[in-house]
Amino acid sequence: MKEPRDTRVVVGMSGGVDSSVAAYLLKQQGYEVIGIFMKNWDDTDEFGVCTATEDYEDVIRVCNQIGIPYYAVNFEKEYWDKVFTYFLDEYKAGRTPNPDVMCNKEIKFKAFLDHALKLGADYLATGHYAQVKLMDGEYKMLRGKDENKDQTYFLNQLSQEQISKVMFPIGHLDKKDVREIAKEAGLATATKKDSTGICFIGERNFKEFLGQYLPAQPGRMETLTGELKGKHEGLMYYTIGQRHGLGIGGQGDPWFVVGKDLERNVLLVGQGYDNDALYSDEIIATDISWTTENMPMQDFACTAKFRYRQPDNGVKVQFLDGNRVKVIFDQPIRAVTPGQAVVFYKGEECLGGGTIDQIFKNGSKLEYVG
Amino acid sequence: MEKIYVDHAATSPMHPEVIKVMTDLMPKFYGNPSSIHHFGREARHIVDQARTTAAKSIHADFTEIIFTSGGTEADNLALIGTATANENRGKHIITTQIEHHAVLNTCKFLEKNGFEIEYLPVDQYGIVRMEDLKKALRDDTILVSVMFANNEVGSIQPIAEIGQLLKNHPAYFHTDAVQAYGVIPINVQEMGIDMLSVSAHKLNGPKGIGFLYVKNGTKMTPHLYGGEQERKRRAGTENVPAIAGFAKAISESLRTQTEKINRYKQFKARFIEILTEEAIDFRVHGLAEHTLPHVVNISFTGINVEQMLVNLDLEGIAASSGSACTAGSLEPSHVLRAMFGSDSSELYNSIRFSFGFGNSLEQIETVARKTAKIVKRLTNN
Repeated sequence: MKEPRDTRVVVGMSGGVDSSVAAYLLKQQGYEVIGIFMKNWDDTDEFGVCTATEDYEDVIRVCNQIGIPYYAVNFEKEYWDKVFTYFLDEYKAGRTPNPDVMCNKEIKFKAFLDHALKLGADYLATGHYAQVKLMDGEYKMLRGKDENKDQTYFLNQLSQEQISKVMFPIGHLDKKDVREIAKEAGLATATKKDSTGICFIGERNFKEFLGQYLPAQPGRMETLTGELKGKHEGLMYYTIGQRHGLGIGGQGDPWFVVGKDLERNVLLVGQGYDNDALYSDEIIATDISWTTENMPMQDFACTAKFRYRQPDNGVKVQFLDGNRVKVIFDQPIRAVTPGQAVVFYKGEECLGGGTIDQIFKNGSKLEYVG
Repeated sequence: MEKIYVDHAATSPMHPEVIKVMTDLMPKFYGNPSSIHHFGREARHIVDQARTTAAKSIHADFTEIIFTSGGTEADNLALIGTATANENRGKHIITTQIEHHAVLNTCKFLEKNGFEIEYLPVDQYGIVRMEDLKKALRDDTILVSVMFANNEVGSIQPIAEIGQLLKNHPAYFHTDAVQAYGVIPINVQEMGIDMLSVSAHKLNGPKGIGFLYVKNGTKMTPHLYGGEQERKRRAGTENVPAIAGFAKAISESLRTQTEKINRYKQFKARFIEILTEEAIDFRVHGLAEHTLPHVVNISFTGINVEQMLVNLDLEGIAASSGSACTAGSLEPSHVLRAMFGSDSSELYNSIRFSFGFGNSLEQIETVARKTAKIVKRLTNN
């Protein structure tokens, strides 16, 4: 292991407080730190204003405060080809994609990591809430210390090769400590608001954004028994378990999206948060990736998350062919959604994950979910 | 690690003599050149002397020099000032696709305000063709603006020929000489130039000062209103220390012009020689005899300009990809696009090295060797 002063670390800087503190801490520890801003999306408006430019201004201020060089790199083309195309394809297929998982897999920890290595970096660091530990000759990816902020869900597709070249300098901290460090160091981004939503959509209206790329086909809203409950604005605007925006009034419990019938362009709804149709007990997941290279291919029990910030669920994992697994839940789980990630944990360690593909209950596939 | 600056076309270090003139002057000559007392007269004298130096440097008259805040303001004043003052004669303006953004974006502004702009293409060497200009010229053309030499690739334009052509046409001829001034002798009378923009910081002068030469008799509206400075064409109290520093930079630059040109030519030849010895795959843009002596723009096969520039910087070498633009922008150089088309690889693998004051032959050799090393490393994986 090289000394910090002989170790070059590229920090992916977004202009937010997390990556600012990540860079600051590495510099404090004596590493040779380089800040790089990644531009993946062009959102320049008609007045030439672009949030990326504003974020880069913040990166510049922070890097000058810390005393490290900064650069920018453009991955708009790669992002479009690998992330945005996937994003649109999934919506077209009636599913709910997770572009952040794809962005980490294809852009941040692939194209950007390659870029960092071409600049002679030993490591790539980011401001993710996750931790890497060398144990038994292997790099393990552990949950971030701040339970509420843990981002291993989005990092589940990283391979051992990728993890071995990655640093998460704030993974052992709580968010409030990160802000505190930023304030004490006087970093320009100390009180900057956290970004929300999908990075390329930002604060904009999601419906409006998606409508620019995919034609919305309005259609009928029905119960599973075929009762007409109203109209939907286009299936892509809805996700399983969603309550808001259905516009179904009347007596009784609120209504929720329980499924989509792509062929008939019908949105399926059911009444009550705990509507039985929302629950499932088994899935098949595809594109499985493990953080270790030595995954024994035998069935095992662990915990899993089916969406970000969901509490862990006990599951059993069975290996199938073609990089797929069957995941059997200890208890039925509400609103498991095709297209989202399933991520496996053993204690604090993130084992890997995949994409939720087919959903089952009592041994039969829930066709209405998609 | 030695840091080597080979980005003099972006901006250049101030000459020690310039710094001396300015710092000597600041404590003593703080008067306002418009004041009637002796403090004012002293300051006025400094500005007048500087104006004489600037005028002589291009064979213009003392009354034909307007000091501005730099090249961008000079370009803005030239274009907007003559366009507005002459729109009754016509609204057609001709420029080129390879102008600096100070001209291009001013043209876009004029376009929005009802002017018709024609952007001439260039050949693969970055040079405007006279026949294109002849074809584009119309009776209602009021202004032709063609840069003296391009800032990204260094291509020198046929300025004297254009001036000759326009002698028989009422259109004014403006040239942005920000990059050429100092390394190419300029005679506005012989070359038939009506307006010419110059910036001090490209020739080891201070930032924030430049001048626009405007031939006497040119109809032009001012763009800053206020006092009567610069014969009412550019109001605002003169930046006396910067103007004095500018004048010193001009005289230094002229005094050493021939020697500089020869030295930069030697640098460039040696630079290319080493890259050739190192056997890397590269291509120099432009024609040697029609390129600024201190600028060399090179495309390296198989590299990516973003990676290349960062690697150079990490090795202590300051170069650039042409015009300084927002980092992270994918917008390829409009100059290279005009030369090679929109889908050519040159747009993404070209680096500009520009030499200047303080560079030594040893430095240039170091830059060439380190560049070759990085190119080899980046193309081998």
